[in-house]
Amino acid sequence: MATLREVKNRIKSVHSTKRITKAMEMVAAAKLRRAQQRVEEARPYSEKLDLMLSHLATASTEDISHPYFEERNTKKKTLVVVTSDRGLCGSYNANVLRKASEWLETNAEYEVEIVTVGKKCNDFFKSRKWSIVDNFSDWSGVINYDKVHDMVKLLTERFLNKDTDEIQIIYTQFISTVKYKIVSPRYLPIAKPEVDEEAGFNMDYIFEPNPESIYDSILPNYATSKMIMAVAEAIASEHGSRMMAMGNATTNAEEMVDTLTLEYNKARQAQITKELLEVVAGAEALKT
Amino acid sequence: MFRLSIVTPEKIFYDDDIVSLVVPGTEGYLGVLSNHAPLITALKIGRIEFRDTNEEVSVLSVTNGFLEVSGNIASLLCDAAEYAKDIDVARAETALKKAESHITDYNNGQKDIDIAEEKLAVERAKNRIKIYKENN
Repeated sequence: MATLREVKNRIKSVHSTKRITKAMEMVAAAKLRRAQQRVEEARPYSEKLDLMLSHLATASTEDISHPYFEERNTKKKTLVVVTSDRGLCGSYNANVLRKASEWLETNAEYEVEIVTVGKKCNDFFKSRKWSIVDNFSDWSGVINYDKVHDMVKLLTERFLNKDTDEIQIIYTQFISTVKYKIVSPRYLPIAKPEVDEEAGFNMDYIFEPNPESIYDSILPNYATSKMIMAVAEAIASEHGSRMMAMGNATTNAEEMVDTLTLEYNKARQAQITKELLEVVAGAEALKT
Repeated sequence: MFRLSIVTPEKIFYDDDIVSLVVPGTEGYLGVLSNHAPLITALKIGRIEFRDTNEEVSVLSVTNGFLEVSGNIASLLCDAAEYAKDIDVARAETALKKAESHITDYNNGQKDIDIAEEKLAVERAKNRIKIYKENN
């Protein structure tokens, strides 16, 4: 049985842990709101671009060929893994890394290089001696558009220079505050847009100057927009996971305080009983 | 009257009914009125001008965009758009000086500079300064 003082100290320490987790939960909640807003704001651009691309493909009759669409005989692959810089966000990073490891196993036949986003996955792959092309860390929990542009530049240049034949991203898609999905879409080459057969209503488009040059300027933007969406969603998921993890920790701490308080009271009662017995025994001894 | 929505990767910049629109197409400025034929075009760095339903004219600077017109909806996607009155001229001038000094460095033999990007930066900054000066 723990002594009174020990139990008391534990109660105190659990209490202060609870205060910290509670504060972290609140900070994460505030950051989540902002991150979620960023996702919402980035979505219309990405959706409109998808639509425009599909109209472009539907309306321009000739077959499209563009460096961004080029399907090669794949030998070299690049994997972009998006995790957080900091921990204490439940299984968020572990889930992404598990998926990434699975992917690496199934793609063992290719020459694979990795681009890491966030410190967590950089540490993970570095210690496992993977070849890391570049690392993009220190986001401090917000999306940085300049950094995303740098990433897109690096990736597209590597693809166009044939340093890599296929690029895949693994990141966490934000579905709702309690629901996330780890996805691994192909980033480059871009899948040729679907020709929308039913959209025949008015597909007699004017192109200025011609479809090829419109593809030329649309596709880099498409690549950027996809990356912005991926990073924005990953950051929102990170804050969401952290909020949940810290919320759970707070509840656990509360439960622990309750059990410890019960234990404390029991120990206190036992001690009083013991003291009483001693007094009574002493008085008895005096009588005889 | 037709719908104009200007969308950037960061937010929806404008989404309302307007009467007329002028944009910098790759082949030169072009005007759009309601019931325009379906059109897709890339845009150059330049100015956008539109007249809303209250007959008020807005001028803005635009970089790297596209316009799709179909079924009386004009969707304009661009990297950045700014109202003429909101342009931060001081920032544009610093950007201009920086890009120009990079170009000088490049001409003096420093080859790790992305010359195409710097030239675009000069063009963007000049465009913003010009639009600001014309409208303020």
